[in-house]
This record gives sequence, C-alpha cells and structure tokens, in this order.
Amino acid sequence: MAQAIERFVPDGASVALGVALEPMIPFAAGHEMIRQGRRDLELVGPISDTLFDQLIGAGCARRVTAAWVGNVSEGLGHCYRRACEQGVPRSLEVHDHSNFSISLALWAAAWNVPSLPTRTLLGSDILRTNPGLSATDGLVHVQAVRPDVTIVHVQRADELGRAHAWGPLGITEEAGLAAERVIVTCEEVVAPEVTLSDPNRIIFPETKVVAVVHEPGGAHPSPVQGHFQRDHAFYREYAAQSRSVEGFGAWLRKWVLDVPDRAAYLRQIDLDSVRIKHHLPSTPADYGYD
Amino acid sequence: MTSYTAQELMVAVASREISDGDLVFVGMRLPILAYAVARNAHAPTARGLFEVGLMRDQPAAGFLGTMGDPPNVAGALWATRMSNAMALMAQGRVDLGFIGGAEVDRFGNLNTSYVGDPRRPKVKLPGSGGGADIAVLSRRWVTLMTHERRRLVERVSFVTSPGHGDGTPGWRGRNGLLGDGPVAIITTLGVLRFPPGGGEAHLASVHPGHAVDEVRRETGWELKVAEDLKETSAPTGAELAAIRRFDPEGFWTRN
Repeated sequence: MAQAIERFVPDGASVALGVALEPMIPFAAGHEMIRQGRRDLELVGPISDTLFDQLIGAGCARRVTAAWVGNVSEGLGHCYRRACEQGVPRSLEVHDHSNFSISLALWAAAWNVPSLPTRTLLGSDILRTNPGLSATDGLVHVQAVRPDVTIVHVQRADELGRAHAWGPLGITEEAGLAAERVIVTCEEVVAPEVTLSDPNRIIFPETKVVAVVHEPGGAHPSPVQGHFQRDHAFYREYAAQSRSVEGFGAWLRKWVLDVPDRAAYLRQIDLDSVRIKHHLPSTPADYGYD
Repeated sequence: MTSYTAQELMVAVASREISDGDLVFVGMRLPILAYAVARNAHAPTARGLFEVGLMRDQPAAGFLGTMGDPPNVAGALWATRMSNAMALMAQGRVDLGFIGGAEVDRFGNLNTSYVGDPRRPKVKLPGSGGGADIAVLSRRWVTLMTHERRRLVERVSFVTSPGHGDGTPGWRGRNGLLGDGPVAIITTLGVLRFPPGGGEAHLASVHPGHAVDEVRRETGWELKVAEDLKETSAPTGAELAAIRRFDPEGFWTRN
C-alpha cells in the first residue's frame, strides 16, 4: 500500500475516493496518504462517509469536489466544518455538486467531452458556487472532472488488475474511466482464471489499473458485501471524538499516525464482530461458446 | 394509549405519503423506515429506489445504518450504478422522493449547504448528496425535520434543493424543473402542506399533544393555518410494531 500511494498519489493530485458511496470506501488507502503527509489534494467523490473528513482534518486537502461530506449515520463532518468555517487546519476550496452532477462530470471526462447537459440542479444555488456548472436554455452544463487517480476497494482482483466488485456500484465505473489511473485495493487476490470466468463483473479495463493492493479489511468501518457489515459504533465514536480539534488529533494518532499499516490498525478492533457469517453466493453465469 | 416518540410519529406520517404501486426514491434515516412501514401495510406493491444503485421490493431483513449496508443489497431487484437510478428519476418515473433538510423556507426550498455567506459560512452543512436531484426530478417529494424557528425560516440563505422557488404559481415549470416539487413538510410538531401548483406552506395538521400557538412560535414566518386544520393521526399499533421491527434498538427513532 505504502508503495502504491508513494508512487501514484503525489502532492497536489486529484483523487477520487468512496465512489461506491457508503460501501467499500478505501479507508486504508486514505490513511496511508495521511501517514505519508500528502498535501494539496483535490478530493473527488459523491458522498464521503467520514474519509474526506479525516483527510481534511489531517490537512491533506486543498479542494473538495463532492456532493456531500459528513458522517452518514451521525450527521455533520466536524473537520469539514472547521476547515470551511475557520480555516482549521487550513482553508478549503469547495466545488459543490449533487450526486447526479458529480456522476455526469465524471462521465463527461470518461467520454472526453467538455461537459454534459442535464436538468438536475435547475433552480439550485449550487450553480452559483461551483464554477464548473452553468445553465443555459433550460439545461445545466456539467463540466468534466478528471481525477488523476481513482482508488477503489473491491471484494477480489487478480494481480493483473482485473477487479471484481458486486453490490451497488455508485459512481465507480465513471470514476475509473475518467481517471488517468486506478489503484485497486481488495479483500482477496485471486487467479486470473477466477476474474476471467466472469468478465461482466470486471469493473474497469485492466489498462487503467496501475496497482493492485491486497488489503483485507481495508474498507473498515464501511461495509463490504459478503465480507463485512458496516461498523456503526465506529462511526459514532468518530463523530464524538472529532467534535474537537484535540479529540480528532487523538483519534488520528490512535488509528492512523501511530500505526504503521492496516494490519496494525486491524489488531486494535474486533473485526469478527462485523464479519459476515452467512454467505449467499450467486448462481454462476454460463459463458459457453461452442 | 400507546406511547411513541416524535420520530416514530414522523415515520408513520411519512409512510402514509407512499401510495401502493409507487416507485419511491428512499433517502437516508427516517424515510428508510417509512418505506418499510408502508410496504408492510397499505403499499404492498411499492418499490424503493436507492441512489447508491439499488431497487428493492421487500424492505431489508436487517437493520440499516446506511442504504448501502449489506442487508439492503441481499434480495435487491436491481444492483446497479447510481446514474441508472438517476435515469429513472430523470424520466419522471419516480413517484415520490424524500429529502432531509437542515433549513426550509415558506416555499419549500431546502438548504443543506451553507448557513451564512458561502465564502465564509457560519455553518458548513454536508451538502446536497442526492437531495437537489430528487428536488428537481422526482414527481413529488416530502421533507422531514425537527420543528425549530432556526430551521423553518422565512427565506433560506442558500437553496440547495429547490422547492417552489419564489413562491409564484408555476415557478417550477417556468424554470424547467420537472415534477410538482414539495407537497409536505413533516416536522416534530405537525404537517405543513403546499397548495397544488406551488406556493406557500400552511399548517395542515398538528401532532397530538401540541398546539397551533406552539407551532407558530417555532416557525420563522407568519404561518398560515388550514381552515380545516386537523390533529395528526397517531401511529397505529401496526405502524409502531413495524417501526420497532426495523429499528429494534431505536437508533433512528429513540435517540
């Protein structure tokens, strides 16, 4: 993980994270960026269930291009508030979107066009605060957003970059296609025979993927279908602690700065309490051809 | 008389907005419960659409902290990308949406972005999420919020999710917005409704145990009251049983 972040996420990069919305948020990758002291990042995403809040609180971000930043089950993002209201730990540029418009901005980049038209956001003041949105003739034009790198966490991938993900995908596909490159972190590394046995389930072209990181539990506390439930209590504790700068600092030391890697982080929690125990595999698809 | 919390009453009232056969764009928190209650009672053929990229008929078997939790995925009718769910809404195929709000004004415009000047806000709220999309594209929508003077304001300082705009009849149509906009604001004290075609919210019913004066005092504008003002029907035993089945520890309704 350290190597992938070191190599592919430089200071000043535009990084899309949390693109499946609430599930499969690449927390381990985000925490590694904090440990490496990344600065001036642009964070791109739809809703960010606390990961953006943590990166903002750690001083890694200069701009947020997103529809929502907070804590989905608990409410406000306290670090996000401090950055926007008081410039603590640094001021933040915000490019507001809705969930639909950030998806369209990424599709525009994916299709290599300057913008895409939509009716959503007509009548919204979001058009006033985001320079990437404009309205003419009853349509809103959503300018392309092109991340330097999209990072996803998925259930399984092979070493050649074919990633299988299932469950709701949010804006995963457009974020991957729009980005210059993709980093995949996964619960399981499997043989190419496994991924290629079901090519419909491969979410990106392998040509976009520059790194595959085996990082079991790398999405905790967010859920991973078939592997982990969402750890609601962990989000609640984060909400309580991050309410003050000092509390957030203590949280960050315990879970990010004072642990060398994800394995050490996981030793501090009872992962089995959120591990999914009853499995529901789908029926395999038949790709027979002759 | 069975006792219930303000949130349980709001969930019951919200569930009654769902008609049988509706495709409902289900938001977070209380609306997830409202959908489950409706589906188990008067709307057995309703379907729920979740922006994360899911369609369901039966409510999830387990507790949901978010719409993307694994119990909401198992047994889904469709697991897909967000833009596909938005496509149905853009086509006018979503009958009802729910949006949470921090601030609402007399014309149903919602603010979930900035209190004060956006360049240096007094409070930075999380943002639109899918709220603005639901506000513009769904056929009709409902919002739920705590009834406080600082939340129900004369004009919101920032319109994240447009309701009836400046309140003049036909504002939405003139500005290219689809759908009929907000039809109700369900609060901890009562239910506010809008006239057909848009305009200003009025108090349509007041919750049991609360008075019109109290509602007016907690509202940041001169609130009109319906001539046929009613008392909101309390949650039925069946509604409460359903709410407590889907929120067994009171995560959403007893905190």
